[in-house]
Amino acid sequence: MTDLTALTLAKALDGLKSKQFSSVELTEAFNAAIAGARVLNAFVVETPEKALEMAKASDARRASGKAGRLDGAPLGIKDLYCTKGVRTTACSGILGDFTPTYESTVTQNLWDEGAVMLGKLNMDEFAMGSSNETSHFGNVINPWRRKGDNQGLTPGGSSGGSASSVAANLCLAATASDTGGSIRQPAAFTGTVGIKPTYGRASRYGMVAFASSLDQAGPIAKTVEDSALLLEVMCSHDPKDSTSLNIKTPDWRQDVRKGVKGMKIGIPKEYRIDGLSDEIDALWQQGIKWLKEAGATIVDISLPHTKYALPAYYIVAPAEASSNLARYDGMRYGARVEGGNLTQTYEGTRASGFGKEVQRRLMIGTYVLSSGYYDAYYLRAQKVRTRIFQDFVDAFGQCDAILTPACPSPAFAFGEKSGDPVEMYLNDVFTVTANLAGLPGIAVPAGLSASGLPLGLQVIGKALDEAACFRVGGALEDAAGFVAKPDRWW
Amino acid sequence: MTERPTFRIKGDTGDWEVVMGLEIHAQVASNAKLFSGASTAFGSDPNCNVSLVDAAMPGMLPVINRFCVEQAIRTGLGLKAQINSYSRFDRKNYFYPDLPQGYQISQFAHPIVGEGEIDVDVEVPGKEGYTFACRIERLHLEQDAGKSIHDMDPHATYVDLNRSGVALMEIVSKPDVRSPAEAAAYVKKLRAIVIALGTCDGDMEKGNLRADVNVSVCRPGQYEKFRATGDFKHLGTRCELKNMNSYRFIQQAIEYEARRQIEIIEGGGKVDQETRLFDPVKGETRSMRSKEDAHDYRYFPDPDLLPLELEQAWIEDIRKSLPELPDQKRARFEKDYGLSRYDAGVLTSDADKARFFEEVARGRDAKLAANWVTQELFGYLNKEGLELSQSPVTASALGGLIALISDNTISGKIAKDVFARMIAGEGEAGTIVEKHGLKQVTDTGAIEKVVDEIIAANPDQVAKVKDKPQTLGWFVGQVMKASGGKANPQAVNDILKAKLGI
Repeated sequence: MTDLTALTLAKALDGLKSKQFSSVELTEAFNAAIAGARVLNAFVVETPEKALEMAKASDARRASGKAGRLDGAPLGIKDLYCTKGVRTTACSGILGDFTPTYESTVTQNLWDEGAVMLGKLNMDEFAMGSSNETSHFGNVINPWRRKGDNQGLTPGGSSGGSASSVAANLCLAATASDTGGSIRQPAAFTGTVGIKPTYGRASRYGMVAFASSLDQAGPIAKTVEDSALLLEVMCSHDPKDSTSLNIKTPDWRQDVRKGVKGMKIGIPKEYRIDGLSDEIDALWQQGIKWLKEAGATIVDISLPHTKYALPAYYIVAPAEASSNLARYDGMRYGARVEGGNLTQTYEGTRASGFGKEVQRRLMIGTYVLSSGYYDAYYLRAQKVRTRIFQDFVDAFGQCDAILTPACPSPAFAFGEKSGDPVEMYLNDVFTVTANLAGLPGIAVPAGLSASGLPLGLQVIGKALDEAACFRVGGALEDAAGFVAKPDRWW
Repeated sequence: MTERPTFRIKGDTGDWEVVMGLEIHAQVASNAKLFSGASTAFGSDPNCNVSLVDAAMPGMLPVINRFCVEQAIRTGLGLKAQINSYSRFDRKNYFYPDLPQGYQISQFAHPIVGEGEIDVDVEVPGKEGYTFACRIERLHLEQDAGKSIHDMDPHATYVDLNRSGVALMEIVSKPDVRSPAEAAAYVKKLRAIVIALGTCDGDMEKGNLRADVNVSVCRPGQYEKFRATGDFKHLGTRCELKNMNSYRFIQQAIEYEARRQIEIIEGGGKVDQETRLFDPVKGETRSMRSKEDAHDYRYFPDPDLLPLELEQAWIEDIRKSLPELPDQKRARFEKDYGLSRYDAGVLTSDADKARFFEEVARGRDAKLAANWVTQELFGYLNKEGLELSQSPVTASALGGLIALISDNTISGKIAKDVFARMIAGEGEAGTIVEKHGLKQVTDTGAIEKVVDEIIAANPDQVAKVKDKPQTLGWFVGQVMKASGGKANPQAVNDILKAKLGI
């Protein structure tokens, strides 16, 4: 029998539909794969029994002809999503054993279409990180290794568990979330596909908040088609989220193989940053060539405020986080360190509950909102944000989508960047702009580095034009023919 | 209408004046909270009206309650204020156990309602009152916090989140209030307006309407300089008296606070800007927190909420649905009932009083009705410390009494006796008059008979009244006495004058 865990989501759904295998069989295969891959530390909660129950119910639905769009498909869920009755901590110590009595809208949408939950995926604490080294539950290991080298590599972050588990065939696909690149960078680091939709497409209800104006749900999957399939179900209008858009979710799956003939693809000169490695530059040029060959027109564009994006992001995101995370005070749920008085209890609880990186960002955020500094930092960053948005509006006057590298480098080793926060933050240089402007962005694997690690390209679309991301992403996927998988060493 | 008096306090070094601005917190009369569907019912068991949003569970998001927004707009229109078509919610960040989110959602930079103005009617004991215009700075919507209970356990504080997230309207006045009585009158007027609008139930005992008063003192002339320039440097340093929910305490607290500040300044000291609490038992204010302890609230726009953008058509619909407001009612009472501005003001200061009066006056002599309501009835209720709702005499019963006066069945004097019997529970005015034979004697034959007898029995007085007509009163008294007070005074007068030839 073929390895069921190696199937794409689309193939697995076909197999379920044609009764080649049952959801129970599929789920058992993934339960076994997860149990055999604990060294990767991708899952922080495994729910094999729940998964089997859901699989059985799915098989029964399918037998009675009432299957949903994802019926029987086993998925991994980033620990950022509140799941009813299943521990949810956003991989922070401060949430202790918090178990929600409610379900996030995004995951509810998945269950409503019959998906099966395998467990909760590891991530950077509160999604703050680019290497999955800040999780309370330890590092996630990238299944990829450099050629001839056994050194452990990071899967990127913050959706490191999502990326590693998809790359290592521990689930058909996974939910992830992206505040500054947390879907796209780990996807690029693990040879998977990740898309962040337009801000407001997916509900934030029940997603543990990091930075409300930037956070957006999205999938990490094995193929562009799979990512379209999953995103379609994740997105919905939700009256419980005031920033959720009241619009219909399109059928994106049919865009994936439409091709790029006649499309205009913009190449922003400002993304040719100082010190861009030859390898990444070559990949970018290769991408341009592929799209040209596929019938697209290439146009040079300018996004003049790009260099201010990263500093603006690292003001806005911590500012919102400093307020969003104030609720973790040890009073109503989660961990609490009792002190001699109220202030000591607050200080003890938050000092021991939050990790170092979260504390760093909360302090930055508190500082930039303080009276006397607000105008110089927060207000100014918001103005930069408006300019960046305007840059994109202007650029999209000349092109239909924008092609950039996803990340400045391939996956790096543990400890390589964690000593220098600024070095770590630079990882997000190509991805934060889409968050600041609220635009959709997809990362697609496009080749291997000299050291044998996956490299990704990013396509940024106009607001609500995920279709362009899927078309260009699909064309890149076809041209790259990326089929490499990590050797199974675990 | 009397002139607005200047309230002055004598210090050791001369006269002082008081300047005040008030912040009223009025709970929106809504069944659900500002950003969640949880109930706002009063008196529920602790932590029973708490949604996941109110408890700030992870991943929970606020969703604005349209009804609360509508109430804020209604109130703004009632204050003749600018309704801002664009407003925004900000987060006010601070840590406290009864603030689950770690921030209060409020409107800091862009409130829903801008500048307005109300006419405040001030009662002056024993005199005609006066009216002054008080400018409104703004009205904004915000969440209430929960309640910390410190006295249930010596070692622990309990938190009740039932109030957490309840919608409040904070109404901020300009520093236009100049005496303790004016401060109380301002709160009274605002309360009357929100009750008339139905946007707040005005229940001060439950804390549904409470006031913070900013008090400062200055020398005569300084306030006028402030008004001319708008520059606060002409005024003294202010202290904020927090959470006052009684007219009496508001006045006591201001008196105390003004004198405290004057004493400090005259003693060569400086008033510290701080927040103070009034202790009604000791009758004094004490420091709650100083400016140094003040939080840096780190206000910033709440990214979970979109700005409020109001459609003009909706505002107009709300405007059309506004009920008659106290000032409009007062104008109508003056015009339709011919009442003095003061009487009209007293009767319209609260919706229940106005409704009561209109019922008494329906189809009857309105001026007479106004006198009886404001003087006899309110006088009695005040003396007994009763609310209008506890009045032993209903509006229709009082109307019945007035009808008897108007059709000369009884005199005004007898009416007072009847009224006392009505209070004592003897029943309707007509029944009392029948039962005690209090009907006025208008039969001139009967009165003439009594008059003749008295004239015949008192020749000396008859001789006297020819020279001194003012002694006619003695005859009137005699006749009334003889008739047991039931003779119609006008008829008695007329007959006496005719018979005595004066």
